[in-house]
Amino acid sequence: MTLKNSWNNLTRGIIRENPVFVMMLGMCPTLGVTTSMQNGLGMGLATLFVLMMSNIFISLVKSLIPNMVRIPCYIVMIASFVTIINLLMEAYLPALHEQLGIYIPLIVVNCIILGRAEAFASKNNVWQSLMDALGMGLGFTLALTLLGATREILGSGSLLGISLFGENAYPILLFIMPPGAFLALAGLIMVFNKMVGANK
Amino acid sequence: MKSNLFNMIAALLVVSVCSAASIGYVYQKTSEPIAQAKQAKIMSAIQEMVGTFDNNPIEEKTAISGNDVELYPARENGTITSVAVKSFSNQGFGGKIELILGILMDGTVTGYKVTQQNETPGLGSQVTEEKFSSQFVGLNTHSNKFRLSKDGGEIDAVTGATISSKAVIDAVQKAVSAYNNFAGAISHDTEE
Repeated sequence: MTLKNSWNNLTRGIIRENPVFVMMLGMCPTLGVTTSMQNGLGMGLATLFVLMMSNIFISLVKSLIPNMVRIPCYIVMIASFVTIINLLMEAYLPALHEQLGIYIPLIVVNCIILGRAEAFASKNNVWQSLMDALGMGLGFTLALTLLGATREILGSGSLLGISLFGENAYPILLFIMPPGAFLALAGLIMVFNKMVGANK
Repeated sequence: MKSNLFNMIAALLVVSVCSAASIGYVYQKTSEPIAQAKQAKIMSAIQEMVGTFDNNPIEEKTAISGNDVELYPARENGTITSVAVKSFSNQGFGGKIELILGILMDGTVTGYKVTQQNETPGLGSQVTEEKFSSQFVGLNTHSNKFRLSKDGGEIDAVTGATISSKAVIDAVQKAVSAYNNFAGAISHDTEE
């Protein structure tokens, strides 16, 4: 039973309630950083880490926090994890840190994280919360990586920095500009709904 | 848990103290690697811009008073062969852009390397790439203007990122004028 539950909680975030493609949460980093596959992957993994830490700790202390101050407590804890990962990335992954820049501190206000803390971790035990965080984080990473790859292929004509179409190709520059983010996201949501909808 | 004044204050206090303590600990642990990473970046940028040298340019740096432009002279057998100039601009699309410009002693620019920027990834951040930066290579600080081509200069802006391109040019112009002062002072010294 618990195994089935765990599996359920893990897969829910990846497909059925994918934060980006289904719930439309966390649109700011989704549209902002996904100009290349590497940026999307890096941002997704950073968010995954923060989400796991916050879900674990919040489900641990959920019974100790008075109801009326739970949101301020959660936000302070989330902000701490984000600051920590920001410092760690600056120290040990300076190149990626520079690419993602302002979007790392902005993980604090990503509604997926507070959303999962409030909707799941504050009501479930540590193991299930971890499964939920893993699922949601992987779903978010998957979405950002796919979106980043799509935009990089169309907008820069490369993938992971490797040129695909040679020197003389003219990529569709629009796709690495902000409007291209909306177009690419809409296209991906269309494909995703078609595939998942057929399974329902 | 039911809230009352006491347990609300206690919960917030404990959470804040624990957060502050853990951030403080991580900050202490990472401050040295962060400083090292920055130093290594400046050093490798200097190396890339001015080639070989046998002194320590970071120890010999001279700051131009008034603005935060720094000059790192690179010597070979005691004579200055080239200068790496660390300059910046606050007019970037995402705030400050910092770069290191390499200039030979005859005024020829060997190129620049951006050390800090917050430009839009994939768009403004293209000013860090070869395609844009190579336009500065070979220009001369005495005879060239270092302006955008639409303002009658030598540099073509990055498509869709005019602001970022202008910020780089602003930083380069500061570096060039600092270098010209520095070079003027040196040639003055040797004449005496």
